[in-house]
Amino acid sequence: MKRNGSAAKKAAVYGMLAAMAIVLSWLESQIPAFFAFPGMKLGLTNIVVLIALYKLGPKSAMGLNILRIAAVSLLFGGFSAFLYSLAGGMLSSVIMILLKKTGRFGIVAVSIAGGVSHNIGQIIVAMIVMNTAAIGWYIAVLWFSGLASGALIGLLGSLLVRRLPDSLFRGGLRDAG
Amino acid sequence: MEKKRTAKGDILLIAGIAAAGIIIAAAVLLFSPHGSEVVVRVDGTEKHRLPLTVDTRMVINGRGGSNTLVISSGEAWIEDADCPDGLCIKTGRISRRGQSIICLPHRVTVEIDEGSGGNNHSSSADIDVVAG
Repeated sequence: MKRNGSAAKKAAVYGMLAAMAIVLSWLESQIPAFFAFPGMKLGLTNIVVLIALYKLGPKSAMGLNILRIAAVSLLFGGFSAFLYSLAGGMLSSVIMILLKKTGRFGIVAVSIAGGVSHNIGQIIVAMIVMNTAAIGWYIAVLWFSGLASGALIGLLGSLLVRRLPDSLFRGGLRDAG
Repeated sequence: MEKKRTAKGDILLIAGIAAAGIIIAAAVLLFSPHGSEVVVRVDGTEKHRLPLTVDTRMVINGRGGSNTLVISSGEAWIEDADCPDGLCIKTGRISRRGQSIICLPHRVTVEIDEGSGGNNHSSSADIDVVAG
């Protein structure tokens, strides 16, 4: 495998994906409070995670997600926002990576599982932080909102994964293994 | 490359997730205990705390408009509002702990609480579920 000049390309591609994720996070934060429930989100940035997962591999997807969450929390959120996103992001990344690894599921299904688990991860942190019993409704509502947004993002993501040229991600960029 | 994969796994997974969601919703509906107080907040600050057992009707003055709250036979609902979408009216009747009605335009929330005795939900555990 040739790795000539791959470091520069790697930096460029990862930088581009990270930038995309941050911009999408910002874009999402600009969408007016159309969703009546706090925590209900479209999860636009998950498109980038899906691209990374399917084009580069699980390690890259995880790395980009952590980078994205840290950057976005620094830019737009506080520490608690960081905790929430980190819990949601990590749980959904792990679930999506595992599901993809089985090879039995398509992007849309993987994304739906990711959307739901993202919300569940957030709720777990919320339960710890707020110590409240009234959170059951949240789980039910966010479960289905995660399903819906996961489906939408999965459809968008699968379009992109299919159309982005593989040459963009070639040259030692993919995770080993 | 992965074109060989059938959609069977996908359908099963998605159906499973949806089924789990329905089960969770049903469990929440069945097991969440009825509350005893109605908490009205405007802009996040508590304005009123009313017992769910006493029938009342009151006008909540929110930001740029008002909502009419009715409490009757252990249920609370918004009967009338001058907000553009009227979502708070459509939300319907609430009586279980943690349920809420939200009027986003007026920044009004109506939530069912477990009642005075503090914020500590573990104090009077007449619940048959260990909710963590």
